[in-house]
This record gives sequence, structure tokens and C-alpha cells, in this order.
Amino acid sequence: MSTTTTTRRLTMAQAISEATAQEMARDPRVFVMGEDVGKYGGIFSATTGLLDQFGPERVMDTPISETGFMGAALGAAAEGLRPISELMFVDFFGVCFDQIYNHIAKNHYMSGGACKYPLVITTGIGGGYNDAAQHSQCLYSIFAHVPGLKVVVPSNAYDAKGLMTSAIRDDNPVVFLYHKGIMGLSWMSYFEGSTNEVPEEQYTIPFGQARVVREGSDVTIVTLSQMVQKSVLAAEKLAEEGISAEVLDLRTLVPLDRAAVLKSVKRTGRLLVADEDYLSYGLSGEIAALVAENIDTVRLKAPVRRLAVPDVPIPFSRPLENFAIPQVENIVASVRGLMTFKLDQ
Amino acid sequence: MEATAEQLLWMYEKMVEIREYEETMAKVYLEAKLPPKIQKGLAFDIGAGPVPGEMHLAAGQEPVAVGVCAHLRRDDTVVGAHRPHHFAIAKDVDLNAMTAEMYGKATGLGRGKGGHMHLFDPAVKFSCSGIVGAGAPQACGAALAAKKLGTDAVAIAFFGEGAANQGAFHEALNLAALWKLPVVFVVEDNKYGISVEKSASTAIASNADRAAAYGMPGVLVEKNDAVAVFEAAGVAVARARRGEGPTLIEVKTDRYYGHFQGDPETYRPKGEAKELRQHDPIPTLGALLRSRDLLDDEADAALRARVSARVQAAYDFGRNSPYPEPQDALLHVFAE
Ligand SMILES: Cc1ncc(C[n+]2csc(CCOP(=O)(O)OP(=O)(O)O)c2C)c(N)n1
Repeated sequence: MSTTTTTRRLTMAQAISEATAQEMARDPRVFVMGEDVGKYGGIFSATTGLLDQFGPERVMDTPISETGFMGAALGAAAEGLRPISELMFVDFFGVCFDQIYNHIAKNHYMSGGACKYPLVITTGIGGGYNDAAQHSQCLYSIFAHVPGLKVVVPSNAYDAKGLMTSAIRDDNPVVFLYHKGIMGLSWMSYFEGSTNEVPEEQYTIPFGQARVVREGSDVTIVTLSQMVQKSVLAAEKLAEEGISAEVLDLRTLVPLDRAAVLKSVKRTGRLLVADEDYLSYGLSGEIAALVAENIDTVRLKAPVRRLAVPDVPIPFSRPLENFAIPQVENIVASVRGLMTFKLDQ
Repeated sequence: MEATAEQLLWMYEKMVEIREYEETMAKVYLEAKLPPKIQKGLAFDIGAGPVPGEMHLAAGQEPVAVGVCAHLRRDDTVVGAHRPHHFAIAKDVDLNAMTAEMYGKATGLGRGKGGHMHLFDPAVKFSCSGIVGAGAPQACGAALAAKKLGTDAVAIAFFGEGAANQGAFHEALNLAALWKLPVVFVVEDNKYGISVEKSASTAIASNADRAAAYGMPGVLVEKNDAVAVFEAAGVAVARARRGEGPTLIEVKTDRYYGHFQGDPETYRPKGEAKELRQHDPIPTLGALLRSRDLLDDEADAALRARVSARVQAAYDFGRNSPYPEPQDALLHVFAE
């Protein structure tokens, strides 16, 4: 960043819509479609202001027809347009997943590289406000599991703007998942840290580069999305106890910055993966496997720990949801457990 | 098919009950969500208060629920949508347990697992879903089961005009017509799918016209009126019970509240909701009852007192019930 850059504090929602607006202004091929993206400005405010600026031809409210408009995004991308297609909640991907995982993800490959599909799917993820099992999931691991989709999961406004700009400019399908609890919505409590200084100028953040949010020497917490904010709070608490936790924000799942994970864990010798997705067959297993595969070079002082949703749908009731979704206290307790572990015991 | 005195009175009482239920919820839902109790910078905290999460109220849409459910038996299936209370109440879902569910209590229909969009009462064969359009094929399944089991039970799928643009809706219509299933699809056209007006989401004016494409009768009920819905539904349910196949009904109805509680409703012309309340279907039915000497002031007051007691008891039950234990989150992923 040059020194002349002007910055303001933006919410993550504002940062995403600003990135989108700037790309739309720069490139007439970019357009947005989805449910309530127009007048409403997106249920999670990811498209606020775009309709006024660009009109209904480029900011299209769609019918509730996800298969239709996801497939249409693919078709339009094949013709050289650059659609941004919003799936209101990630939980709804089920109604349109064939278009996403059999076509959007694979057509480039099946064409032997002949066809390109530059499109972005944006979608809201995460719980914490009692919206129950069909409106609270993260599910990014499912998208990351399917080859051919890049998967971006920002944790703050600065990253969100740079990553969104990269997503729109990418010639591949990119799934961009934002956690509702860090968008800075006026109707939802959220974790501080996601609203931050954002340059007015356009900038990009390359995919596949994790960010050290907080340096530490005793333990590495690998995390992403809203869990970054929770992990920072946990790290502050742990610091009071003399435990130095490093917090690593993955930022993108595909591509995954494996080197950054290994580098940090090599230094600290302890790994906690803090994830808001389901435990089994997901991100936390992927990161644990990465360390296991490199155990010849990573000397662990304790077994890897994973903190995630314990393979139950997200329950509605407050005490149940608090239990199912990892909280700051759970991160603290897990790290304490890692610190007191004795390899020879 | 004309409604009997008993049916008219039943519909009236249920409409009063639904309305009271929704208006009570509108108040309870706001508790602890607004300043000054909430943290700085927040206008509204959706996760706070005794009833957290999203809340979609159906005040104004009572005629659709009662007009259809007046024809149903306990063993008929109803699949509702994300805006489910009016259907649930009209289908005689246990009111206490339903309310406790919205409070997230252990005594709730789903022991606090489901919440307001996910109500399941197998005793009266009621279910619903937060996924728009998902109910239509599920109602086909219930109807298919009735056919296979040789009962004359029917299934109803209720959903909004927005949902009628989902693939699931169109697949369900084809299946139902193809297999001659005893199912009735009921579209509530309240003009909006969240902020998107029907005219901006649907290329034709009435979903009833779509029925022809699938080979089933399509009926448009143009008035938000319980008797009008009752008449259309009576024909459709009887047809289904006789084994003659499905019907698609669209009812023009009104949503008095926002899409969800807290909706800024910037998409809605100012004062529209107030204007809609001028055509409230409850006094309309009340006046009809009076004109037939089926209701007078005294009976109306007694009915309202009865309803209030029921609704109040349900809210008290919900509020005073215990929360589940946190670890109960781990239960019920699989059947034992
Ligand atoms: C598959 C799916 N897509 C989108 C949504 C988000 N959503 C919830 S309600 C709603 C509008 C539904 O409109 P309509 O079917 O007309 O019913 P109404 O809300 O008017 O009762 C939308 C888009 C959802 N829950 N499920």
C-alpha cells in the first residue's frame, strides 16, 4: 500500500459491496443477481447501494429459483460475462447444487481447459443468533471438497474487499462465504475486529495466503471467518495466563496455504484447529492430516486438537446452540489442555 | 359446498386465535431486542430476548389456513413453509408445545431443537420447513403413502407465491398429476417474496394458470376471505379424497407485518400494511356470522375470552418451561 492511501473504517458488508461496485465500474461485464440483492441491498447487506449506482440491468433481483439463476450464471460466464450470483444462505445450496458441483465446478476441466467460467457465488454462513439447523451452517468444506471451486472465507473488512476484488477478477468459479455475525449488521450482535480500516482505492489480496493475525510461540490456532475473532479473544485471555497463542487466519480454503500452517506449527509445536463447520470429514481433519503427513519435519509437543461442531445439526435453543458452536471459552480450554499435555505421560 | 354453522364458527374462532397468537408473538419477540438493553451500535439484536432467531408472522393470512383446514381430519397431512403458525394452529398443533418450541424450551415440539420455522407434530401430521419450496414434494410423498396404504387421507402443501418459482414446486406438480395423488397445493399470494414483488418474480399473474400445464385443475381465489377459500378448498379436498387427483389453488392474501420481524420494509409503499388492515377478514366473517344469527356480542366476547386464555396459557407455558440441558444438543441426530 502506498502512503497516500485514504482509509476509513468499514463493516465487512460495506467492504464487499464497495469491492463489487468498484469492479462493476471498472468492468462492464460484471453484474450481480440473486434474491433481494436490489431494493433490499441483500439480506446481509452485501449488495447495499449497488442498485442505485448501476440500475436493475446490472443488479438483478431474481425469483426464488436458485437452480435457475446459478445455472444462468454459468451460462452467462461461458459467454464472457462475469456474474456475481448470491445464494442468500449457504444452507440453501441444496436446491441448486447440481449446477454448482457438476457444472460450475467441472465444465472447465471437462472442456480440457477450452471453456472458462469467471463467476462468483456469494453466500452467508454461520450461526450464533439462534436461526436453527437450516439457516446456521458453514458448509465451506463441502465446496472445498469439490475440485474446481476456489473457496474464500474472509474474517474482516480489509480482507473481504481485497479478496472480493480478486474473486471477481479470477477466471475461475469462486465461492465467497461471509459469516453473518461479522458483517456489521445493525440487527445482529457481532464480534469486534471485523470492522476495520479499508483503503478507498482498489486492491487485491491473492488467494492462498494465510495471515498471522497475532503472533505467538506456544501454540498455533488455525482458524478462519468469525472464529478468528473468537480465537483472538481467547488468545488475549490465554496471554494473561502466560500462554502465547499464534492465530492463523486461512482466508481461503482453496487454495490452502499449507506452508503457512506448517511453518507456524513447526515453531510452536502445538496445533488447535478452531472451526465452525462440522467436525468430521472437514477442514479440521484436512489441517490435522496436513500436519500428520509432515510429522517428519514438525515436532509436536502434544497431539493435534480439533474444535468444531460435534456432528450435530445446529440446534435452535440458546443453550443448545452455545454448546454446539465452539465459543471463546472452548478455545481457551482446548489450548490449556494442549499446554498441560505431557508427551511421555 | 356451503359451510355449516359449525364450520363457520370454527373458522372464526381459529382466525381470532391465530391473530391473537401472532400479535402476542410480535410483542414477546421484541423483548430485550431493542435499546437500551442491547449493546452499542445495534438497532436490533436478532439473537437476544426470550424468542431469538428469525420470526415470520402470518397475521392477515388467516383465511388461507382456516378455509383449507376446515376440511381436514387429524389423519390428513399438512406441510407448511417458513411462515407456519397459521397453518399449525388451524391444524390443531399442540399450542403449548408449539410455543415452548419458539422459546427453545425442553417442553417444545422439538425439545428446543427446531424453533419457529421447524415445527413437527406427528400427532396431527404437521410439519414445515425453512427451505422455500421444499414442502411441495413432501406433501406428494404423504399423498403417495395414503394411496399405497389404501386410506382416503389427503395432503396439503402450503407455500408462498415466491416458492412457486422453485424447481421443487414444478416437479411436485408433475408428480402429483402423473400419479393422481390426493394432494392439494395451496399458494398464498401475499404479493411479496421478502422484498421482491410478484410482478418482478413471476411472468404470469396467477399461479392457478400454471395448473393447466401439468394437467390438474387450477383455482384462483381472489378475495382474502375465509368463506371463499373454504369453498375452493372443499371442492379440491373432496376431489382428492375421491381419488381423482391433485388441485392447485392460489389465494390472494395480505401480510400485515414485514417479511420477518425487524424487516425495515423499504420495498413496501408507505402505509400499505395499514391500508391492508382496512380489509381485515376477521370482522368480515364476524359480520357474516352475525347476519345469520350465529354470533352476538356476548358470544363474541365469550369466544375471545376463551381464545385469549388458550393463547395466554401457551405463552405462559413456553416462558415458564425449563431450557434443555446444553449437552442435549448431542441427542436425536439418529433414531435409537
Ligand atoms: C431455498 C430457499 N431460498 C431462499 C430462501 C430465503 N427466503 C425465505 S422466505 C423467502 C421468501 C418467500 O416468499 P414466499 O414463498 O412468497 O412466501 P412468504 O414469505 O411471502 O410467505 C425467501 C427468499 C429460503 N429460505 N430457501
